Amino acid sequence: MPKRVLLGALLACGLTASTLAQEPRTGGVINAVIQPEPPGLMLAQVQNGPTQMVSGNIFEGLLRYSPKLEPLPELAESWSVSEDAKTYTFKLRKGVTWHDGKPFTAADVLFSMEMLKQTHARARTNLAQVDKIETPDDYTVVFTLKQPFGPFLGIFEVGSMPMVPKHLYEGTDWKTNPYNNAPVGTGPFMFKEWQKGSFIRLVKNPNYHEKGKPYLDEIYWQIIPDAAARSVAYETGKVDVLPGGSVENFDVPRLSKLKDTCVTGAGWEFFSPLAWLWLNNRQGPLADKRVRQAIMYAIDRDFAKDVIWNGLGKVATGPSASTIKYYTDDVPKYPYDPAKAKALLKEAGYKGEKIRLLPLAYGETWQRWGEAVKQNLQDVGMNIETIATDVAGGNQKIGDWDYDIAFTYLYQYGDPALGVGRNYISSNIAKGQVFNNVEGYSNPEIDKLFADGATATPDSKRKEIYEKAQKILVEDAPVAWMLELQFPTITRCKVKNLITTGIGVNDGFKDAWLDK
Amino acid sequence: MLSFVTQRIVKGVIVLLAIVVLNFFLIRLAPGDPAVVMAGEAGASDQVFVKQLREKFGLDKPLPEQLFIYVKGVVTLDLGFSFRQQAPVAKLIGERLPATLLLTLTAFAISLMLGVLFGTFAARFAGTFLDTAITVFALIFYAMPIFWVALMGILLFSVTMDWLPSFGYETVGANLTGLAHAVDVAKHLIMPAMTLGLFFMATYTRMTRASMLEVKRLDFVKTARAKGLSDAVIQRRHVLRNALLPVVTLAGVHSGTLIGGAVITETVFAWPGIGRLMYDALLQRDYNLLLGVFVICSAMVLIFNLITDLVYRLVDPRIEFAS
Repeated sequence: MPKRVLLGALLACGLTASTLAQEPRTGGVINAVIQPEPPGLMLAQVQNGPTQMVSGNIFEGLLRYSPKLEPLPELAESWSVSEDAKTYTFKLRKGVTWHDGKPFTAADVLFSMEMLKQTHARARTNLAQVDKIETPDDYTVVFTLKQPFGPFLGIFEVGSMPMVPKHLYEGTDWKTNPYNNAPVGTGPFMFKEWQKGSFIRLVKNPNYHEKGKPYLDEIYWQIIPDAAARSVAYETGKVDVLPGGSVENFDVPRLSKLKDTCVTGAGWEFFSPLAWLWLNNRQGPLADKRVRQAIMYAIDRDFAKDVIWNGLGKVATGPSASTIKYYTDDVPKYPYDPAKAKALLKEAGYKGEKIRLLPLAYGETWQRWGEAVKQNLQDVGMNIETIATDVAGGNQKIGDWDYDIAFTYLYQYGDPALGVGRNYISSNIAKGQVFNNVEGYSNPEIDKLFADGATATPDSKRKEIYEKAQKILVEDAPVAWMLELQFPTITRCKVKNLITTGIGVNDGFKDAWLDK
Repeated sequence: MLSFVTQRIVKGVIVLLAIVVLNFFLIRLAPGDPAVVMAGEAGASDQVFVKQLREKFGLDKPLPEQLFIYVKGVVTLDLGFSFRQQAPVAKLIGERLPATLLLTLTAFAISLMLGVLFGTFAARFAGTFLDTAITVFALIFYAMPIFWVALMGILLFSVTMDWLPSFGYETVGANLTGLAHAVDVAKHLIMPAMTLGLFFMATYTRMTRASMLEVKRLDFVKTARAKGLSDAVIQRRHVLRNALLPVVTLAGVHSGTLIGGAVITETVFAWPGIGRLMYDALLQRDYNLLLGVFVICSAMVLIFNLITDLVYRLVDPRIEFAS
């Protein structure tokens, strides 16, 4: 069996089945890698990946999500939805305290919502659906929506809607609040120490509301900036957990074969990272649908998966990842077919105009992928010029629409209304902003489908709408979908139950324990 | 001498302010700003949100006003606030500076001591096998990129032999104190300091060798020899002392380059210094933090150069301080 296939099979199994039956052991310290160093740990104000990973242990949301993206209780112990699907009532868990001993109540939820509207771009967008929030008593929160919003129960995980202690933030200047650097949450672990540039230390919350948890005594998040050095740190036994994306892809097969090493691709279901090429639909050859379709045919995406990503991930069929709701593969297909690409380019009258390609400055794997795509496109006669830039510079160029083709990958957040529509609806065309409809695709039918899809009930109606939207989008090819990415988490096998939800390592280590 | 030092300090402050102004504009020439970076990380971005962030960071004000505010702050020793890291810049730099100073000064000492030692031997035994061996050894480290030497060092001394730790400043979680802590830090320091030091050692070796060979031919050496002084005394007191001036000049110039090299070394060895802080600040367009690191680095270079000038006087008493 080829190594890549074997690795894929191991990932698919998740290697967790045998651990489920074991009784968790209490105690021990886990050393995990965090990369890059988080700029801050106050999740309500900083939302980059590393912050979510560390702070997911300190803070909590009202809900968490299973690998199948069903809501699970967290700070809310139950919830109900009204007949008209406009009123959501959450019953909060009683006896929950902040790390400083103060009780967590509905007032904190209300305050968090107000704060997040100003500090958290995604929460702000999601909360725009809410007409009012009421707190009839200390343990009940009622959200009344302006209109039904299908994915509403999907916006409450810790990274999307972290709860903030009202008593520490109300009436203060949030950006300079001293608790930003010594965060206080309700989570299973408490912030203890941060040696900048070295490590972040979290310790067990002895008063955690789920009795008996967490099992671990401490977590050290080690800050190791260089990818090769992170691999060595694992090899030499200095760290036990390499969260997805910690090491370069070409190191994954080697590290996976080390003694007592377990690998899993689980824990990304909620995020479902999907990689694609933004295609600037506004100008030049790419304004022609046939040229965009030619790009889809010209790129060997299986090669990218097998060689550049070492067999990890899955070739994308369209705008939705196969792991999120309402996905369908009943869409037009674009197999690798250079001859067809050439024919389409000829038909569109492409005469070798220069096309600027922006790779993604996220390290070696992405650089290689940029080179492979450039070669694929040159092979069918396209004149490609690579523009080198760092992440911030690239974002500016993309936001200013100053590009032709640009790599990206974005999270989908479990539902097309949360993570898919934003990239294709015309109301999301706004110069100067990134990660919206920067390709400039405008189709009134798509606008209507996504608008209807967000508010339609029941689920079967939403399914119908989103399946139709996927078909239209794939036919129009406003962007070139590449791969559903998979970032394997590598751990020592003695680390059990590290990933138990669809949010993976970002959901905190409260279920994790160390075997002998 | 006092007036010389005062004069140099005044000049240094003027140079520093000029550097601040220049860097202020240079940084803003780079595309992208922290508001867009932060909004992007949240996985969504709308115009109102980015506008709010820009206002919060003071980026909505005209550039000259931003510059005025910044320079006013620097003059009053306030390096500003890092909105990205939600902490005062001076605090962030203060946390990291000791590690960088420890690394760069150790590397500097290693490079200078080994460089002068090897250079002296090479000159003393010019044309012999020892001379060739030293030259080749020095050039190997000069020719190899720092990150490569670092990775090979890790592979050999950490992975294969398990002699030295591969990353970090200390053993995390060991909670060592006193001598045990010092030994632990020293073990962590050996590889990064040697990697950085060996690169610069080559230059000092070559410079010392060439300079000594040149001085050796001068008349006063012949006189010393004619006086019947021993070879060791001639080498040490007459040749080396005179040959050191260009080495001292080079060392002063290297103070800036050393900090540049520290960025790579700190990255590979996860050494928690300001080199890495600067790199992250650049990627995230954390203007205040980046400018703050530049100010501190520039000040360090100016101080090193002042020290170099003072060392000149010690090495060669004939040099007068022009006041």
